[in-house]
Amino acid sequence: MANKPRITKAYTLGFAAAVTMVCSVLLASAATLLKERQDQNIQLDIKYNILSVLGLVESKDVEAQIIFDLYDDNVKTFVVDVEGNKVNDRKAEEIDPKTEPDLLPVYARQDGEVITAYCIPTQGKALWSTVKGYIALEQDLNTIKGITFYSHGETPGLGGEIDKEWFTSAFKGKTILNKAGEIVSVEIVKGKMRSDEKNSEHKVDGISGATLTTKGLNEFIKSTLEKYEPFFKTRRGGTS
Amino acid sequence: MSLLSKKNMVFLKDPLMDNNPISTQVLGICSALAVTVQLQTAIVMSIAVISVISISNVLISLIRNKVPSNIRIIIELAIIASLVILVDQVLKAFLYDISKQLSVFVGLIITNCIVLGRAEAFALQNKPWPSFLDGVGNGLGYSMILIVVAFGRELLGSGTLFGFQVIPDAAYTAGYQNMGLMVLAPGAFILLGLIIWVQRTITGTVAD
Repeated sequence: MANKPRITKAYTLGFAAAVTMVCSVLLASAATLLKERQDQNIQLDIKYNILSVLGLVESKDVEAQIIFDLYDDNVKTFVVDVEGNKVNDRKAEEIDPKTEPDLLPVYARQDGEVITAYCIPTQGKALWSTVKGYIALEQDLNTIKGITFYSHGETPGLGGEIDKEWFTSAFKGKTILNKAGEIVSVEIVKGKMRSDEKNSEHKVDGISGATLTTKGLNEFIKSTLEKYEPFFKTRRGGTS
Repeated sequence: MSLLSKKNMVFLKDPLMDNNPISTQVLGICSALAVTVQLQTAIVMSIAVISVISISNVLISLIRNKVPSNIRIIIELAIIASLVILVDQVLKAFLYDISKQLSVFVGLIITNCIVLGRAEAFALQNKPWPSFLDGVGNGLGYSMILIVVAFGRELLGSGTLFGFQVIPDAAYTAGYQNMGLMVLAPGAFILLGLIIWVQRTITGTVAD
């Protein structure tokens, strides 16, 4: 190890500056080059989740382009406000629920000219993290068509089970309105439902060991549905 | 001296068994616990760690005679951190779903003591080629344990391997249940402890 450079303060500073420069140029160019692909992945993930709750796609093993085409052809998006009126000058994709909690995006499934299902985003605090997902309702805006949670930081194996098929599929066919037409949402019970459980059309099996996670889910799913209710009422013809 | 001479192969082989970073030196445990619920994530994590550790070893070895020793740790960290961010960006662009599952743990490779440890202990004193082998060797040593642990955890905890069900439905109807403990961190601790026990029995290593 000959020729060790003589270490002066200027040399040290210069060396640090040079390393920093090289690293930052490298990272900046990598980020710029890869950004388009990453954004596309995020978009793809969002659109896949919307399509899957709306029952338009079964598995993720399809080409990205098919997802984008399906979305463009079959999903109509619009924004409503908390009173249920349409907001015409905004796009559903650009609403940030954090900064604009009163603007509500809706992703509707269109078969021909008819809307056959509605998908709405939902998010809220569970036990450890903010959980994000989508709820889809059938045309009657009462029956749940599907639900998905695509982003969460709950304990794997316990609360983390909320993104699994066995849990989310239990929501299918449940209803959110009681006989009087009021929102009761869907409740995840603690543990398994009893066979003689009352109001079982509004309840699904819980996850053992994840009571606090599901409690959070219960709360924010209900509050999301309540927020959209004025809009749903207009679509149900205001009679239900 | 040939590139894969006996002396050089020692750098590659030693960390696989006799001097394994996880089971002998017990380094890098945090990430080993976090990403071993499934084989797929464990393997992607392994590849990420091997690339970071080997490239960082080479780069640090290249500048070993130029680094002012009073700021060497900062320089090493800057290089390692840049590489890790690079890996993270590449995963986000090409393996988005897996990168979502690995979440923060890719970023935490920066603090994986194996990487900085090899830079300090080996790359600063050795030429680039041996440093590269040392990096690959240590990365493989880490990966080996990760994959064995993930294999056990996925099989016992979820009854699957690479996401495919391997335990037949008949077993479940006969009353077999997945071991819930295995999907949680303690499951990894227990498996890791067993691996260390077996390995030390074979090699005869005794902690001082």
